[in-house]
Amino acid sequence: MNIRVKFRKYGTLKFIGHLDVMRYFQKAIRRAGLDICYSEGFSPHMIMSFASPLGVGLTSDGEYMDIRVNTSPSSGEALARLNETMAEGMEVLSWKQLPADSKNAMSVVAAADYELRFRPGYRPEEGWQEKFRKFLSLDQILVDKKTKKGQKTLDIRPWIYQWETNGDGIFLQVSAGSVHNLKPELLMQAFGLWSGLEIPPSSFLVHRKEIYADQGTDGRHRFVPLEAAGEDIE
Amino acid sequence: MKKSALSDEILLSIQQPARYIGGEVNACRKDKEKVDIRFAMCFPDVYEIGMSHLGIQILYDMFNSREDIWCERVYAPWTDLDKIMREQKIPLFALESQDPVKDFDFLGITIQYEMCYTNILQILDLSQIPLEASGRTKEHPFVIGGGPCAYNPEPLAEFFDLFYIGEGETQYFRLMDLYKEWKKSGASRETFLKQAAAIEGIYVPSLYDVSYHTDGTIASMTPICPEAPKKVKKQAVSNMTDTFYPEKPVVPFIRATQDRVVLEIQRGCIRGCRFCQAGMLYRPLRERSLPVLKEYARKMLANTGYDEISLSSLSSSDYPKLKELVYFLIDECGSKGVNISLPSLRIDTFSLDVMSKVQDIKKSSLTFAPEAGSQRLRDVINKGLTEEDILTGAGQAFEGGWNRVKLYFMLGLPTETEEDRKDIARLAEKIAEKYYEIPKDKRTGKCQIVVSTSFFVPKPFTPFQWARMCTQEEFLDRAYVVNHEIKEQLNRKSIKYNWHEADVTVLEGILARGDRKVGAVIKKAYEKGCLFDSWSENFRNDLWMEAFEACGIDMDFYTTRERAMDEKFPWDFIEIGVSRAFLEREWKRALEEKVTPNCRQGCSGCGASVYQGGVCHEHTRQVP
Ligand code: SF4
Repeated sequence: MNIRVKFRKYGTLKFIGHLDVMRYFQKAIRRAGLDICYSEGFSPHMIMSFASPLGVGLTSDGEYMDIRVNTSPSSGEALARLNETMAEGMEVLSWKQLPADSKNAMSVVAAADYELRFRPGYRPEEGWQEKFRKFLSLDQILVDKKTKKGQKTLDIRPWIYQWETNGDGIFLQVSAGSVHNLKPELLMQAFGLWSGLEIPPSSFLVHRKEIYADQGTDGRHRFVPLEAAGEDIE
Repeated sequence: MKKSALSDEILLSIQQPARYIGGEVNACRKDKEKVDIRFAMCFPDVYEIGMSHLGIQILYDMFNSREDIWCERVYAPWTDLDKIMREQKIPLFALESQDPVKDFDFLGITIQYEMCYTNILQILDLSQIPLEASGRTKEHPFVIGGGPCAYNPEPLAEFFDLFYIGEGETQYFRLMDLYKEWKKSGASRETFLKQAAAIEGIYVPSLYDVSYHTDGTIASMTPICPEAPKKVKKQAVSNMTDTFYPEKPVVPFIRATQDRVVLEIQRGCIRGCRFCQAGMLYRPLRERSLPVLKEYARKMLANTGYDEISLSSLSSSDYPKLKELVYFLIDECGSKGVNISLPSLRIDTFSLDVMSKVQDIKKSSLTFAPEAGSQRLRDVINKGLTEEDILTGAGQAFEGGWNRVKLYFMLGLPTETEEDRKDIARLAEKIAEKYYEIPKDKRTGKCQIVVSTSFFVPKPFTPFQWARMCTQEEFLDRAYVVNHEIKEQLNRKSIKYNWHEADVTVLEGILARGDRKVGAVIKKAYEKGCLFDSWSENFRNDLWMEAFEACGIDMDFYTTRERAMDEKFPWDFIEIGVSRAFLEREWKRALEEKVTPNCRQGCSGCGASVYQGGVCHEHTRQVP
């Protein structure tokens, strides 16, 4: 059976890169004694895939991985066993059984929520919120993106679904996943260039809040958190 | 929430920030207000290397088993962070608490190889602890060294307050208790050092005077106070089953060099290869019992979640219950997705069977370490591996589907001739021929033989401690001979040859058999910018040469010079059990090309039986 696990990553564990997070969970699952499925062969590996790699330096309340297990205890027990063995900076939030026909997390990612917060002492000058509002009222936001083939100019405005500024930060809901993955850092870089404000990447913290699938039909988005695809195991 | 000694900005600007944040699974956290002693345990190399070291894990576990001690880990900041810490004057910190090392009671440094000596100075320097022990006050931690290089601590004598000679399990608690008493008493630093010197196995370099002959060799080494013993006795655990072992080792977030559970099945070695320092230092051979090892394996896998387990010892094939242990692991691990990483084993039916079970034959290779090309030279070094053993083993493996072989040799061994070197190539050729004897339809493609040579470094406490060491040019010439001879072989296309630079080997030789005078060179080299010398991309031979020049130290004195039989060596004040008389005997037998039986064939009376344990008490007969 397939299980979708939601977890959060905080504190100094933001310095652990994606591949190491994967290895971390492989070990955690073994420590917790959960009955995960392995591939065949001389060096069998766990059947495990992540929704969307989180960059080094970012924290998150909404990370997902899918795993396949032979058997599973109740969701409550699985969570307790995993959390028992977590390092500070990782916490498992939900353990849901997926319907047999569901697609894997990575392939359904459509959007993500982010919270950006300026570090103390790095908030741009007065009036940056106003500038940000103007920036987002542009019809087009063009950015240059390096690709394998060279540079490409992209319009990222359509990929920004919701936004809001507050005292020392910004809330963003943006397109994510394999089609258009908009990193908040790229948007902020574009904002800096357009506004002339000094916003180096090290001046703000990025926190991912949630990752969504799109269940909308007829061209309209209906974003639901990835965990909604599964059910708790009693 | 956990604090961090480094800001986010710094951590985001360096490679592998996870090296510095601590907080790994099974890392030990304590309340610093509730402990009496804070011990910073350091491996003076980068995190991934240091985290792979079993000895530190054992001591970490042992210290932290006591409520009054908090032992934390420290590794050498890589060059990127090193630069930032110097610029911003950030003191080096321990991983668990992220507190500065300079506020600890002890800084323990394990000294595993000579080429980390400049990193030891880096650790002290970044910690803002005076490099010389003589410059330290009551405000500073005591700096204590241990590990194999502490068996000749003299080149490092001025940088350490104390050395612990031998295995940490036996005396550290006594030293800690003494420290607690001393701390309460408010007595001077010197008082503690003197009292510590009276503990067996503790060496306090500042309590000894060394005088030299005009030719530069040692005339005498004398204690300057009654507490300091004339001879410092190596510490060894006598019962390996009933001692500390980390059942919950720390699991790094990033991939360490040894990213697996390590089971130390035994300590010591019965073989007596004459070039091998570990083989002499860790005598006698002491095993852990099978039931205990099984228990450790289960617990450690469950507590770490590792997907791999390996066995550690100097010569695993000599572990009497190896078969049972390995088949147990295969049963235990197979279903849980855990791999077994096999140590290099004597190639026979058993090892081939296990290898075929745990590795992909097409991807794995056979390993032989004949160390010398000819039987004559193998007799000189007492390596009991014959050409027949190798060819039979290889033949069996080739029949079983293997086609890759790795061969390890040393160049520059005592008495080595041109013929001996050429025999390396010839042996590789014979193995290749063995492969091509198999009918074509039963072979899996070509065979691949990889020959690697390292350069021989004479080490203290080995029968070869008297030996002359080659110069850089001599070493390289020898490698060229091998290379040339391999090109002459019929199956040269199946043989690949690797060798290393020789400059770092020469330096290793100087530091290994160095005396107190060499300390100045280490300091000078460090000041000139030498760091991470064991990393070829960082090694700066030119700076080291300048340092020797500046200190007026003649390198040949330590390398190519012929040593008299009765020369006093810098390390002679240490007693490792194995006697100097035995080493002398072995050196002479080597020159006579006579082999000496291993401990299980018969005891040669090396002296290590004073440790009251292990193989010396298994048997049997005395070799005349
Ligand atoms: S005393 Fe004998 S058995 Fe013991 S280590 Fe020495 S040679 Fe081997």
